[in-house]
Amino acid sequence: MRELIIITRRELGAYFATPLAYVFLVIFLGASGAVTFFLGNFFTRRQADLESFFGFHPWLFLVLIPAVGMRLWAEERKSGTIELLMTLPVTTTQAVVGKFVAAWLFTGLALLLTFPIWISVNYLGSPDNGVIFASYVASFLMAGALLALASCLSALTKNQVIAFVISATACFMFLMSGLDLVLGVFKGWAPDYLISMIASMSFLTHFDTISQGVLQLPAIIFFLSMMAVCLFINVQVVELKKAG
Amino acid sequence: MNELIEVESLSKHFGSIHAVDNVSFAVKRGEVLGFLGPNGAGKSTTMRIITGYLPPTAGTARVCGQDIQTHPIEAKRRIGFLPEGAPLYGDMTVLAFLDFIARIRNLNGAQKKLRIEYSVARMGLEEVLYQRLETLSKGFKRRVGFAQSILHDPDVLILDEPTDGLDPNQKHHVRELIRELGVNKAIIISTHILEEVDAVCDRAVIIDRGRVVFDGSPIEFHAKSKHHNGVALRVTSATAAQVTKLLKGLPDVAAVEQTGTSAGHVSMIVVPRNGRFIADAVGTAIRQNNVVVDEIHTEAGKLDEVFRQITVGEERSALR
Repeated sequence: MRELIIITRRELGAYFATPLAYVFLVIFLGASGAVTFFLGNFFTRRQADLESFFGFHPWLFLVLIPAVGMRLWAEERKSGTIELLMTLPVTTTQAVVGKFVAAWLFTGLALLLTFPIWISVNYLGSPDNGVIFASYVASFLMAGALLALASCLSALTKNQVIAFVISATACFMFLMSGLDLVLGVFKGWAPDYLISMIASMSFLTHFDTISQGVLQLPAIIFFLSMMAVCLFINVQVVELKKAG
Repeated sequence: MNELIEVESLSKHFGSIHAVDNVSFAVKRGEVLGFLGPNGAGKSTTMRIITGYLPPTAGTARVCGQDIQTHPIEAKRRIGFLPEGAPLYGDMTVLAFLDFIARIRNLNGAQKKLRIEYSVARMGLEEVLYQRLETLSKGFKRRVGFAQSILHDPDVLILDEPTDGLDPNQKHHVRELIRELGVNKAIIISTHILEEVDAVCDRAVIIDRGRVVFDGSPIEFHAKSKHHNGVALRVTSATAAQVTKLLKGLPDVAAVEQTGTSAGHVSMIVVPRNGRFIADAVGTAIRQNNVVVDEIHTEAGKLDEVFRQITVGEERSALR
């Protein structure tokens, strides 16, 4: 645990040592504000809620999460520091989880910094703060699951651009897997149980369930187990890639 | 438990390539082992296995009695490792980086401060402490990598090309440090600079295409040369033929080889039979015959020649 925290601290420090953190935060805050007010019609809806704000989170994450996740392992492999890290007295699991937690905390910080919109909506009306809280939790959990996916995929390559493209594609598939766009690919040849399994993997559906204000356990468990599975595979990929 | 590093029939295959093939050796406390070989011979791969980065295909390595495969964390705690090319986290400052390594090596508080100060002072890093690693020169990066490896005062040091990229002064400094640390540690350094064997190593292991082709002291390494204990002479061209004839007649002399001519002088090496000591006999013969000699000294045997002989010789027999 001690090693894990040390790795997390180093990783978090690395975000802020480069412009990455600041670029990410500015773009995320700017874009989330812009889409809420312009595309989401925050004012003209005349409703005291943040639906138009959270509704765009999956799409913002689709671009921004792979950008955070791509460097986690690809950079480590490219610069050779993986050899340094893996010969320190830490287990691969500690390294994988430590790096992931840093990235997740970082996106958590980005979410926290959106608090002005929460203040605004409370100033303008009286929204259901329970729903808003649940939505934040949903958004944070979804970000974590997407990050775990991106982290796992970034271990496959030394090239950050490839890591980004693959992660963005995979994130898209998982977000949309409940919709016909993705299901259409499988319909016609795949058995029904497989199709319903794919449909049940949809991040979007689970995100909507929680952000409607009910902290539903199955949806929370879905995101947490998604993270666990991705990180488990991540550990295997790191081991495999350094071995060969 | 005198032997801190034990490598037992280690093999590593990458697909059909046998990068390391049944390599065995051991390093005692107080011993500096020079690990030599042509590029791609398997030096780095062997070191990566000992440090627990790569899993071996067969065989194993033990560090302070801890098997790197079954007790990787315990073994890694006792190793200081400078990987090839000294990879570092470029976005960190030197101090932040050393602090990170110290923490993960379980150094805390006053002890951590003391060890960082020691390493910084030994490697001369005071002036760059607050610089980011990616802005440093190659030499400084290498020194930070070295400082990182000695932070926790490990029993075992494994240094992959520690002097690569350093200027002659820094090389000298690092070699002195290795010598000094080698007194109570077991150290493996890989290098392709053969003089380093004489300068710092107690023992040399040469590998070629994954196999150990030589394991012995630097003196034994020199002795492999046919010129070992030979006598080098420089005489005027006029007397060259006479001297050659004279020396060839000595009982322990195998041959007299001309090595070059310049400005009316001829350089030659008197090659002894079976590495016998012939300096005395050659000296006596020269004095008794009143030959004028411009230069005379004994040869220890050229390492690069032995190196070529050992590693290229293997190649020829493999081609056959």
